[in-house]
Amino acid sequence: MSAALLQVRAVTKRFGGLVAVDDASLDVAAGSITGLIGPNGAGKTTLFAVIAGFEAPSAGRVALLGDDITDTPAHVRAQAGIARTFQIVQPFAGLSVLENIRVGAYLRHRHRAAATASAVAVARAVGLDQMLEKPASTLTVAGRKRLELARALATEPKLLLLDEVLAGLNPSEIRDMIPVIRKVRDDGVSILIVEHVMQAVMQLCDVVYVLAQGRMIAHGAPGVVARDTAVIEAYLGHGAAARMQSQQSIAASVPHA
Amino acid sequence: MNTTGIFPISAVVFVLAALPFGPLSNTMLNFLSFAMIITLAAQGWNILAGLGGQFSFGHAAFFGTGAYAMAVLQMRFGINPWLAFPIAMIAAGAVGFAIGFLSFRARLRGSYFALVTLAFAEVFRILANTWNFTGGAAGVLVPLKSDPTQMQFGDKRWFFWLALACVTGALFVTHALVRSRLGAHLVAVRENEDAARALGVDALAVKLQAITLSASITGAAGCLYVQKFLYLDANLAYGTWISVEALLAPIVGGLGTVLGPLVGTLVLLGLGETSKTVFAKITGGAVPGIDLVVLGVLLIGCVAIAPRGIMGLVRRRAKA
Ligand SMILES: Nc1ncnc2c1ncn2[C@@H]1O[C@H](COP(=O)(O)OP(=O)(O)OP(=O)(O)O)[C@@H](O)[C@H]1O
Ligand SMILES: [Mg+2]
Repeated sequence: MSAALLQVRAVTKRFGGLVAVDDASLDVAAGSITGLIGPNGAGKTTLFAVIAGFEAPSAGRVALLGDDITDTPAHVRAQAGIARTFQIVQPFAGLSVLENIRVGAYLRHRHRAAATASAVAVARAVGLDQMLEKPASTLTVAGRKRLELARALATEPKLLLLDEVLAGLNPSEIRDMIPVIRKVRDDGVSILIVEHVMQAVMQLCDVVYVLAQGRMIAHGAPGVVARDTAVIEAYLGHGAAARMQSQQSIAASVPHA
Repeated sequence: MNTTGIFPISAVVFVLAALPFGPLSNTMLNFLSFAMIITLAAQGWNILAGLGGQFSFGHAAFFGTGAYAMAVLQMRFGINPWLAFPIAMIAAGAVGFAIGFLSFRARLRGSYFALVTLAFAEVFRILANTWNFTGGAAGVLVPLKSDPTQMQFGDKRWFFWLALACVTGALFVTHALVRSRLGAHLVAVRENEDAARALGVDALAVKLQAITLSASITGAAGCLYVQKFLYLDANLAYGTWISVEALLAPIVGGLGTVLGPLVGTLVLLGLGETSKTVFAKITGGAVPGIDLVVLGVLLIGCVAIAPRGIMGLVRRRAKA
């Protein structure tokens, strides 16, 4: 196997006395959808921030395509091909949907006409093309999540970091979003996705990493990881795995954290 | 965000340019010329604060630098004002860049940035007031020459047209900026700096470009001020009055809109003058400070009723 698109090596991030990420490593293979799951407060968003250049790690390295980018500022990482969404959506509230997406499109297209055309195409791909002129502040939760995705996609990334883009959506909205995400990967964008919605993780991910209290406790194929004793205990507490085994297989239903 | 098209901008400019052909009193012409100077200062502020969201309370630093450079280059170095004008704009832009570099790199935002700009303007005011090179407390006098090659005009209409030409230039610069990549980046930084960085926007570089452009435009207003009044001292050049004028006009006219600073200045100065005359008539004598009272009421009304300024009201009307 060739070197992974993204390599995270032994990253630690401390906030004062709190160790949010503790010696965590992961790889995202080119062309894959890689999942990152873990209970609330496990450090997933913090690890994303380190990968995207929003937080400097206390220790460890991050490399994209073999190049060390640990000290590279966030906007340069975006130019290098890393795009992120925010768990707490961060729309440009005063701007229209089109203007929001166009900011992303300007990264690869200097001229307004080209950036606009590219933004419109992205909007169509994520199903926002009916609301281009609407102010971003008027979008529903589902709309805002799509806008986060669209803006990131408009930068034409190599690696897309999705932080709970399905959270807050109802089941039918989730069903609508899953093919959109899969299509992004099929178009050649590798994805690292943080998600609590296990149904989506199972359907989408090739590999899943599990973070608990900052430590990477397991990784592997989604079906295997979901049966891992350490993983179940991380979510449900000590002794849970034994109790559950006596009940049933839990392949597709690690409960929401 | 809507953008004002070329047509309304051109229409406004043509109407203003035609005014001196009508029966315009000398007072009125002076008023309009002064209004153009304030508009230009406000246009500079609008680029940094209206588009970029970086609220400066010290644009006097740029106005004053432009003004002093214009005066000193003529008086101390014998440089022709037409040449001094662009040099003074560059000087003001350089001061803008320097202040921006120091404060944006230190990640100052919001009220901290406003306070730091205010402090810089005050430091400049005190320096200009004490330094002999700038004429100290006595100020600088530019001799009256009434010669167009000295940027002084026997016919006052020409000064107005010159100032209007500068305002027009700034209108088109702002119009182009709003529709450009830099403009989109600037607005993105205003709306959400983290989101902008995630999309590849170099927030520091964008803010530095904005403050440099903003400062040189406001500096140009300082140049015009010198050529109109032929006198300058530290309180005129670096005083808080111009920082306040430069920010009130766009807020009243419409923050971040192309025509906002112009509309706001005309309304504010117009109301100020009118209220002075009206109250003088009613009470039979001048009422000092009454124009400020009226401005205060207007500002409160503006914030309460039309938070997006007069241009915002116009747009809402146009849509309805
Ligand atoms: N800027 C910060 N300063 C201090 N502590 C922080 C900061 N950011 C995160 N933390 C802490 O780090 C820990 C990990 O937080 P993080 O947001 O990364 O978890 P998460 O796995 O994304 O959780 P969730 O599933 O709830 O989104 C938490 O205890 C959080 O309170
Ligand atoms: Mg999180």
